[in-house]
Amino acid sequence: MKTSFDAIIIGGGILGVSTAYELAKAGMKNICVIERRYLASGSTGRCGGGFRQQWSTESNTRLAIKAVKRLEHIEEELGYKTEFFQGGYLILAHSDEEVAQFEKNVAMQRKLGLDVRIVDRAEAKKIDPYLNVDLIKCATWCPKDGHISPFLLTQAYANAARRLGAEIHLWTNVTGLMKKSNVFFVMTDKGVTYETPLLFNCAGSFSRTIGQMINVDIPVDPYRHEILVTEPVERLWNPMIISFGVGLYARQEQSGGVVMGMGDPNEPVGTFVGSSMHFMFEMSRRFTMLFPKLEGLRIVRQWAGLYEMTADAQPILGPVDEVENFYQASGFSGHGLMLAPAASELLAEKAIKGKTSFPIDDLHVRRFRGKQEIHREKSVV
Amino acid sequence: MKIVCRCQDITEEEVIAAIRQGATTIDEIKRLVRAGMGPCQGRTCRRLVSQIISRELKKPAADIYPPTFRPPNRPVPFKLIMAEYNDQLTAEKKAEEKAAKKAATKKPAAKGGKK
Repeated sequence: MKTSFDAIIIGGGILGVSTAYELAKAGMKNICVIERRYLASGSTGRCGGGFRQQWSTESNTRLAIKAVKRLEHIEEELGYKTEFFQGGYLILAHSDEEVAQFEKNVAMQRKLGLDVRIVDRAEAKKIDPYLNVDLIKCATWCPKDGHISPFLLTQAYANAARRLGAEIHLWTNVTGLMKKSNVFFVMTDKGVTYETPLLFNCAGSFSRTIGQMINVDIPVDPYRHEILVTEPVERLWNPMIISFGVGLYARQEQSGGVVMGMGDPNEPVGTFVGSSMHFMFEMSRRFTMLFPKLEGLRIVRQWAGLYEMTADAQPILGPVDEVENFYQASGFSGHGLMLAPAASELLAEKAIKGKTSFPIDDLHVRRFRGKQEIHREKSVV
Repeated sequence: MKIVCRCQDITEEEVIAAIRQGATTIDEIKRLVRAGMGPCQGRTCRRLVSQIISRELKKPAADIYPPTFRPPNRPVPFKLIMAEYNDQLTAEKKAEEKAAKKAATKKPAAKGGKK
């Protein structure tokens, strides 16, 4: 078995495989992805699957616009069906503060060239006939947002990366890291030690642990987010519906089931991904409040995944100051899937050319070092 | 053509195609081709998929990583869940009111606070 590579990527989620693909596409030959279990077994495979460009910070919006441009042609590029569907995103405003914030967001997003606008109750009702519009003041609507299957997108990237020569080693847990004269030694529970001059940390919820192995602090904390899916029914609506006020997101999959999840502010930090009855109760209350006509819909399955949160809910992307050639792509705070197509491209550019076609310095991990003012992304469920 | 998953109409060929792409567990096949994502949650196809993996990869069935079992046990409508949740909430409210009353008889100035 080959153990010496030009680049090693820790983590077989969407960021790991897309980074592997981008590196291979840029001409790198010897690449290996090391995954603890199987592809998309962590946060990626448990996520809601939406992609959106409606953010409250400019850097997130720019990154998301770039990512969606890429996603629009991803099926042809990777040669794989991914259930890509541009059904739009409808974000509901329930209070005057939200209306004021959304007006600011929309003005900023439009300045960046995004097709987004504020819609009134009547138009929201037209977009989603099942929505109880009495509960909202208005909504923001971007028809170019949408959703995609996280498993299929990960598999698409993985297959494409393999075709370009990258290796993917599954069921291999990284247990230790060491750097000696510009070579990283990656120790694993299989008893194999890999060698590489270039190391990527795409370990999602475990990226802090990976960082600790080589004495680099990656301030990422995992929080459990629960989610459920209903039985398949005929098409109800196209967009992903988000409400920060009620704390809910819901979309209808291509197969017909409605996937919905919520944020729980009482969730402790931890990597536990079990299900709870409390979530089932709360989710049902919130969903039937917003969609009273759908109270007869049956829940088929519930599960949970981890949001890898940073203090400002924005990703950590790029190199670190402490260790040379150790690159980070983590802390996407629940939005790794939708940002990955752009993030991985930029990360590969940074690692190979040393500069990027698009500024990512504001996503450098050094923004958390020492005391600094943090501007939190507000548009997070 | 043999149907493996009746809920999602998944055939044996589709399962084999997923294995050819590198899937080695029941959960991976579920994620790739949706076998086991329907209302029965894989009660029928779990064993069949496991047999196919075992046959294709020439691995004993006992060595195949077991799938995750997820609640609820069978599909439940929102309104049933809500009925139970409302019962629970009213019971909690009653208990709170009772406690508040008790406190009020002891100290007339105390006011029952809501959680």
